[in-house]
Amino acid sequence: MSMLTLKQSRRLQTVLIGGLAWLVALAIFFPIFWMILTSFKTEIDAFATPPQLFFTPTLENYVHIDARSDYFHFAWNSVVISFGSTLAGMLLAVPAAYSMAFFETKRTKSTLLWMLSTKMLPPVGVLVPIYLLFKDAGLLDTKTGLVIIYTLINLPIMVWMVYTYFKEIPKDILEAARLDGATPAQEIVRVLLPIGKGGLASTVLLSLILCWNEAFWSLNLTASSAAPLTAMVASYSSPEGLFWAKLSAVSTLACAPILIFGWLSQKQLVRGLSFGAVK
Amino acid sequence: MSISTVQDGVPAVPAPGPETVKADKRLHSRVGLLTVSPSVLALLVWMIVPLAMTIYFSLIRYNLLYPGENEFVGLENYYFFLTDEGFVHGALNTLWLVGATLLISVVAGVLIAVLVDTPFWGRGIVRVLLISPFFIMPTVSALVWKNLLLHPVSGVFAAVWNFFGATPVDWFAEYPLQAIILIVSWQWVPFAVLLLMTAMQSLDQEQKEAARLDGAGPIAIFWHITLPHLTRPIAVVVMIETIFLLSIFAEIFTTTGGGPGYETTNLAYLIYSQALLQFDVGMASAGGLVAVVIANIAAFILIRMIGKNLTEKA
Repeated sequence: MSMLTLKQSRRLQTVLIGGLAWLVALAIFFPIFWMILTSFKTEIDAFATPPQLFFTPTLENYVHIDARSDYFHFAWNSVVISFGSTLAGMLLAVPAAYSMAFFETKRTKSTLLWMLSTKMLPPVGVLVPIYLLFKDAGLLDTKTGLVIIYTLINLPIMVWMVYTYFKEIPKDILEAARLDGATPAQEIVRVLLPIGKGGLASTVLLSLILCWNEAFWSLNLTASSAAPLTAMVASYSSPEGLFWAKLSAVSTLACAPILIFGWLSQKQLVRGLSFGAVK
Repeated sequence: MSISTVQDGVPAVPAPGPETVKADKRLHSRVGLLTVSPSVLALLVWMIVPLAMTIYFSLIRYNLLYPGENEFVGLENYYFFLTDEGFVHGALNTLWLVGATLLISVVAGVLIAVLVDTPFWGRGIVRVLLISPFFIMPTVSALVWKNLLLHPVSGVFAAVWNFFGATPVDWFAEYPLQAIILIVSWQWVPFAVLLLMTAMQSLDQEQKEAARLDGAGPIAIFWHITLPHLTRPIAVVVMIETIFLLSIFAEIFTTTGGGPGYETTNLAYLIYSQALLQFDVGMASAGGLVAVVIANIAAFILIRMIGKNLTEKA
């Protein structure tokens, strides 16, 4: 074996690291790849032993997706609930973050931490009363009910995230607007929103992702009329007959938009998911 | 939960100065108070009302199947919950689920973050692939793993086992909790990778280079430079994951239903089954409070460890 020059050994090292990284990445992504692949199989192919990597692809699972599973009903519920509670959350979070970033008091930090601590309340701790309250108020299996819950569970994260973005805006800009006679509402709408729109957009994305994928309250508080995609997919856990290709197609469609959102906004999400601690 | 820290926004002493400044300050604090209160009030109601109801329910006999018999029973529900066979299993399984997943995601997260930190061909795509599972909804990942990968007859794992001449394993029958830990880890390792990968980018490269010139090997650099740099992000990963892992529900609901026996029942699932399957509101509420207490002990420790750190930078 001949001696490697330093340059060669560096290059070899890069190739090895790259190869290993690719292997790990492909292994981690494999379940998603396999799900997408299965969604193009017939039910017979999907159940074949051993599992087939090569097969005649079919679109039948997608073509008949609505007739077979009422997909669009559930997808629409997911859309309405996610966007509804994101809107409500932003309406609450932006003013709160505005206050905390620009009218900071001695209490601000403890209020922020307290908000974070409400996330520590395990949902099962309040499942029973929420269930009974919803039953009495007629909110069980309604989109409104889930919008209320999702808004509240995501509010701390949203406040925290918008706060970290607002915190980076120089106070002078607000002072200037104030001297021009801007009211607080005008300050938010005309000054903060345009400057902070990148941060606000990623807050919106994070909220959409969290709402779209939430699967404790949606499973416990909905039956069919307000059930979002998470609950619909769960109903496949005890189905009859061959269904794996169908399940894969439904799952692929249910996950695709969020997966793309996530890819597009990974950098900004880090800040929101870590409550501003990692940037 | 530190309810005592709720009062917000009112400065104790108005700043001295001319009349106009004082009026201005007062207006300011009013605006500050007004804009923050909707969120604070919403969260306050969200915490206090259901929690108070849970406490009340936990002290009465309340079964939806036997309406009307709601007499006060003191701590009886707690006694039954804590001595129930399910509780021990639930607590231990919760501990296992949280502990194992945390360990796996921190170790794998650090290793992967370090691995993809050096430039190589296709790094952008690799990063996207690595974090993808985090964005898959829990019910989907549970069912994909259960039916397409771990299925003892037609799953991919079974095929691999067959290929090597081994007998395929019926994961959910033989190793149900491990199977769930596997699924949950698959979802949460990417979260750790996402955060740690980002944190790695702020690592001082010059420091690393200097250490290398001083003759430090890769392991020494990892141990003395990289790892200390990642302490804070690791703490954040641990904190956030703990919050979510304590309440793992959908993955159990869609795969094992808590079984076989109590083998995959965690506290969240146990309380769910008592409330919505056995309709025992009293006992489920007692269980809910036990879960709240456990979560708060964890939260207390974690916020102590990390909270100061968090606000300092925020």
